[in-house]
Amino acid sequence: MALLEITNLTQRFGGLLAVNDLSVHLEGRELCALIGPNGAGKTTVFNLVSGFYQPSDGSIKIGGVDTRGMKPHQVTALGVARTFQNIRLWNDMTVLDNIKVSQHYRLGYSLMDSLMRTRRYIDREASIDRTAMELLEFLGMRELANEFPPNLAYGTQRKVEIARALSIKPKLLLLDEPAAGLPSSDVVELIKLIEWIHKEFDLAIWMIEHQMTVVMSLCQWIKVIDFGATIAEGTPEDIRNNPVVIRAYLGDENI
Amino acid sequence: MSPRLTTPAALCALLLGLMALTQSGILGQYEQTILSTMGIYMILAASLNLVNGYMGEFSCGHAGFMAVGAYTSSVVGVYLFVPDPFFGQPLLPMDLAYLAFPVILAAGFAAAALVGLLVAIPSFKTRGDYLAVITLAAGYIVKSALENIDVVGGPRGFMGMKKVVIGMEEMISIPWMLIWIFIGVVFTVWILRRFVYSTYGKGVMAIHQDEVAAEIMSVNTNKMKLVAFMLSSGLAGLAGGLYAYLIGFVNPASFTILRSTECLVMVYLGGMGSLTGSILAAAIFTLLLEFLKPLEQLKWVAIPMLLIVLMQFRPEGLMGNRELSDIFPKLKRFYRFK
Repeated sequence: MALLEITNLTQRFGGLLAVNDLSVHLEGRELCALIGPNGAGKTTVFNLVSGFYQPSDGSIKIGGVDTRGMKPHQVTALGVARTFQNIRLWNDMTVLDNIKVSQHYRLGYSLMDSLMRTRRYIDREASIDRTAMELLEFLGMRELANEFPPNLAYGTQRKVEIARALSIKPKLLLLDEPAAGLPSSDVVELIKLIEWIHKEFDLAIWMIEHQMTVVMSLCQWIKVIDFGATIAEGTPEDIRNNPVVIRAYLGDENI
Repeated sequence: MSPRLTTPAALCALLLGLMALTQSGILGQYEQTILSTMGIYMILAASLNLVNGYMGEFSCGHAGFMAVGAYTSSVVGVYLFVPDPFFGQPLLPMDLAYLAFPVILAAGFAAAALVGLLVAIPSFKTRGDYLAVITLAAGYIVKSALENIDVVGGPRGFMGMKKVVIGMEEMISIPWMLIWIFIGVVFTVWILRRFVYSTYGKGVMAIHQDEVAAEIMSVNTNKMKLVAFMLSSGLAGLAGGLYAYLIGFVNPASFTILRSTECLVMVYLGGMGSLTGSILAAAIFTLLLEFLKPLEQLKWVAIPMLLIVLMQFRPEGLMGNRELSDIFPKLKRFYRFK
């Protein structure tokens, strides 16, 4: 069964056709990219996949489940995690709490348990705390656990956001411009991190990215869209040499 | 002593101390009334802080929920224990009043929580100023509904609750209302603390800090809003019930926008997202109201002036969004109130 099956996806905002008849098929374990010029509808596609918008037309199936009518938190529970173009951490919570609160879909206790401090509550909280610390440890961020995000460097905040996304144990990780705003030294580190995550965790990664170094060095498969519609897809080699892509997005000098 | 027991022991000592002071006559009726009012304000401020401080919504209809609780508790109490021209003979003998009182308060809590549910539903789609207008309207709806229900006296109000309190005092002669209010405050702080310190309750803070991220990171935001609103309005209902029996009389004029404003003032005075701040602010606010009484009308010039000064120099409120234990970390060694 396909991990992600997008069929003829269309999204209209009033008269604007943001996504036009888009189809995507991910089997699982891929590392691929969605690229295109500004305003092409890339983030809209991610918003549709994560359940933030309801598609005007077409369908999105995650692990065979049609997500039409689902709330974002329900889609997340199916194993879709994402990061945001502009980092959206909870700034008044510690890094550890950022990760713990993201376990809401599998807390395994109710309001009453939390008020009565039942055995179940104590056990579940302990296990959530433990797995959150283990994840931070695994990502080499243990010492950040009690820091507040605004006190961290921008690149570290990006890493924390990726850690938070990983904490929901996703099968599909959507990264919305992970390299945006990073200095080039951090970009190299980010490429290594994404590669490592793809190797260590059992998941598929789909990213939106403008920095071609990141996309070309990481991704096995790239989809290019413009005005919401697919203009090309294929391996980095195909895309680099595709005249349509060069005209619409890459430009002649870019590579 | 183990930290687990320090807090209950301290609270019991405090309650016993209060009782000793009242029984020996050191705390007269006047002081008792001030302390009781303070307790009611503490419940109101702490419960409103859940929605306005922790969840970051702006609810300004707290008096409406308080009114629902006050009227429900009053009607249930009178129906059960007091002969009334409309409700007829009491169902139960007055001797049981002191045992049934928690049930009376629980009825007020439940009714107010249900009304809170009705306000929570528009909050799914609306936030900020628009939600503030909705809560404001809800407060007015409650008030004008009560003015038009003849069974509870319409605009004249409803009474008979004093008889229940006297009934309790005839059974056992202790300052019952002070004790119930003390228990109410402890219950409120206890329940709110447990809620906001659990990973479940922290979902409310996630909504405050970034609602989109909360939704994407699997927090069921609608459900969290529902729970927060119901808990907050339920506790306001509890405060209303206690208020009704303390005063012995309820009328719609007691639950105007001015009352909601008082609740807001205490929350912002104490600091958003700080329970100790709300408690402290309620105490200070009640004492201010009392000590400035000689100023009469000028009181309402002096208190807002103080507030303006506070907001100028300390806009985050007395405690910011910190708790007492954040300022004095050593306190944590002495208690474990989780």
